[in-house]
Amino acid sequence: MTTTTPPAITTATDEPPVRKVRRAFSSPLASVAVVILAVLWTVPVLGLFVTSLRPKADVASSGWWTVFSHPHFTLSNYNTVLFKGGYNVNSGLAPYIVNSLAITIPATIIPIILASMAAYVLAWVRFKGSDAIFFTIFALQVVPLQMSLVPLLQLYSGGAHIGGITVIPALHLHGSLAEVWLSHTMFSLPLAVFLLHNFISQLPESVIEAARVDGASHLRVYRSIVLPLSMPAIASFAIFQFLWVWNDLLVSLTFAAKTTAAQPLTAQLQQLTGSFGSHLELLTAGAFVSIIIPMIVFFSLQRYFVKGMLAGSVKG
Amino acid sequence: MKSNFVAVAAIGTAALLTVTACSSSKGGGGSQSKTTATVSAACAPYKDYLGHSGKTVTMFGSILSPESDSLNKSWAAFEKCTGIKISYTGSNDFESQLPVQVQGGSAPNLAIIPQPGLLAQMVKTGQVKAPPAGTVANEANWNAAWKSYGSVNGTFYAAPMSANMKSLVWYSPKLFAAKGYTIPTTWAQLMSLSAKIAADGVKPWCGGIGSGTATGWPATDWVEEAVLGTYGGQVYDDWISHKVKFTDPKIEAAMKTVASYMQNPAWVNGGIGGVKSIATTTFQDAGVPITKGTCGMLQQASFYEAQWPKGTTVSPTGDVFAFYLPAVNSSISTPVEGGGEFVTAFSSDPATQAVQNYLSSPEWADSRIKVAPGWVSANEKVDQSLYTDPIDKISAKYLADSSATFRFDASDAMPAAVGSGAEWKAMTEWFGSGKSIDAVAKEIDAAWPN
Repeated sequence: MTTTTPPAITTATDEPPVRKVRRAFSSPLASVAVVILAVLWTVPVLGLFVTSLRPKADVASSGWWTVFSHPHFTLSNYNTVLFKGGYNVNSGLAPYIVNSLAITIPATIIPIILASMAAYVLAWVRFKGSDAIFFTIFALQVVPLQMSLVPLLQLYSGGAHIGGITVIPALHLHGSLAEVWLSHTMFSLPLAVFLLHNFISQLPESVIEAARVDGASHLRVYRSIVLPLSMPAIASFAIFQFLWVWNDLLVSLTFAAKTTAAQPLTAQLQQLTGSFGSHLELLTAGAFVSIIIPMIVFFSLQRYFVKGMLAGSVKG
Repeated sequence: MKSNFVAVAAIGTAALLTVTACSSSKGGGGSQSKTTATVSAACAPYKDYLGHSGKTVTMFGSILSPESDSLNKSWAAFEKCTGIKISYTGSNDFESQLPVQVQGGSAPNLAIIPQPGLLAQMVKTGQVKAPPAGTVANEANWNAAWKSYGSVNGTFYAAPMSANMKSLVWYSPKLFAAKGYTIPTTWAQLMSLSAKIAADGVKPWCGGIGSGTATGWPATDWVEEAVLGTYGGQVYDDWISHKVKFTDPKIEAAMKTVASYMQNPAWVNGGIGGVKSIATTTFQDAGVPITKGTCGMLQQASFYEAQWPKGTTVSPTGDVFAFYLPAVNSSISTPVEGGGEFVTAFSSDPATQAVQNYLSSPEWADSRIKVAPGWVSANEKVDQSLYTDPIDKISAKYLADSSATFRFDASDAMPAAVGSGAEWKAMTEWFGSGKSIDAVAKEIDAAWPN
């Protein structure tokens, strides 16, 4: 990112606004407020965690806060969830973690590759109608994905035909993972292109022009300059997309529901309670198991996150 | 920087390739597990279904494990002998997923539909296939009412699979024996027994209608029992088709009957709280007070057997058992309310039809009963001596009784907007915030689709 000198706004104290905001946020009062908020936001998670350690009979008869006066814990829920399975989940949840990864990793990488290329072209290659294309893509964010589930499923199973001419042949992907990857890619592209376009268009023009003058092709500029420089934006989008796909239930139920073997963790979590919800106590333990991987991803990418969050939000 | 990107891209590509490899090997594994069908003595009963070896029939339903494991076991011998692989997938979002799959052109070969209302909706899409001759012939083994629930506008589409019995009242045989109570066989006896239990200091009834997004359904069952037991099958059928509205004096009178015991502050909610606690208690927990001696009776279906806490013995002399809910009006011949599933075909290929024929046969029902208790068929040809569980026995006795007035759960047969929407919501308000019967009935009628 370029370091730009802030415009000379003279404030009463002659202090740059950024520093003023920073000071306001680090006052003791603000710290207390932040701690209170953090505790309040953590209480439900704590409740969930405590519940996951309680036996079924206790969960059914009393609230989780009673453990503080009558501590009674068990790891049997975790044991069932991880190793035994049984309630429609054979041999525990572990295989479904692999399924979830097999869905999530490609469904994160494919949109990043496509969207970063599209964003570069829309931002730096001047051609007629590029703005119109960008605004159309941006506008597509308004379409709720629930609206497109059935048409998309029809497209996969029957292809697209206009007046007897086959525009897109039937893909015959029936319930395979590729259907899920493609769907997630389609649903994420508008946001990805928008986010990356805003970041990439702010890259210093001089660097890109210099490369062009040296005879670099567009692909070369994209690969050697644009990609490395836009890593913060890419990382922050990767976190968004990873968490979204990991937690997704609707898309995977619609497109991967044909075989239990291909279903992700979320779909299995939902089945864990059994018919008539008779094993609700397992859900809490299962939820904690499913949190682990997104936590690893978030913490390993979080240093990019704040940088990337600001991507495109302020004109540098 | 450049080398970094190349590395990332390489890892990405490698991940893609690995995943593709994984998924394709998974797909291959399924079709390899076929065995060559040779007609041996063990396979002789399956000779009618031979000739489709190597085919896979996909099946989708709302039945989850452990019940779905029992299903898989029940047709294992069929799969081995015929070489047809039945790939069953269960989901507790079945009711919303099935329409999406059917409209999207990727319907399963067979769907196990628990609601006649949903079956009618699927038939409207034009994708439900007519059943083969074998299934049609097997249909004669069911009570005529069952055939009508598997039919839409007079055309038969789907044969029933399992059945559950809703006209049951759970009680504690130990408490009844200790206090000298006798099992009531008429409505008047049931009400006087309730008064007696209340006089002895125990609240006679407990209930809970909480059930996540389906909160309210147990209350619809209570009203249905009262309608069927007071006015019989004709009014009940007219009620389902909305010829008799919820605001009809008959239906409102039935709701008053329910209110007379389930909303009587002196009679409910045993071991839990007041009348309003019925709306906030989950149906799974509603029966627990019976095991503790703080509640007398719970009106709930046969499948409630799976909800009792671990270690509860279910038998006529055990911790809990159930008796048949007597008719409100004794002139109605044995009203029985039940539920069940219907095997619906979205494909007419011969392998699918073979599976469909097999599932409608008494032989399959016998095979399923032998696998595990807690499952009943309404097929009258089923060997009644195979049932080992006392609740299965009592359910089967009433479900296969050809003189009984059998009717399907009305809320499942009504349009989904009412039966699994407005009715649940209004009933919850009825119990939870004390809304008047008239207002509840009006609210449900207003939601009826035109």
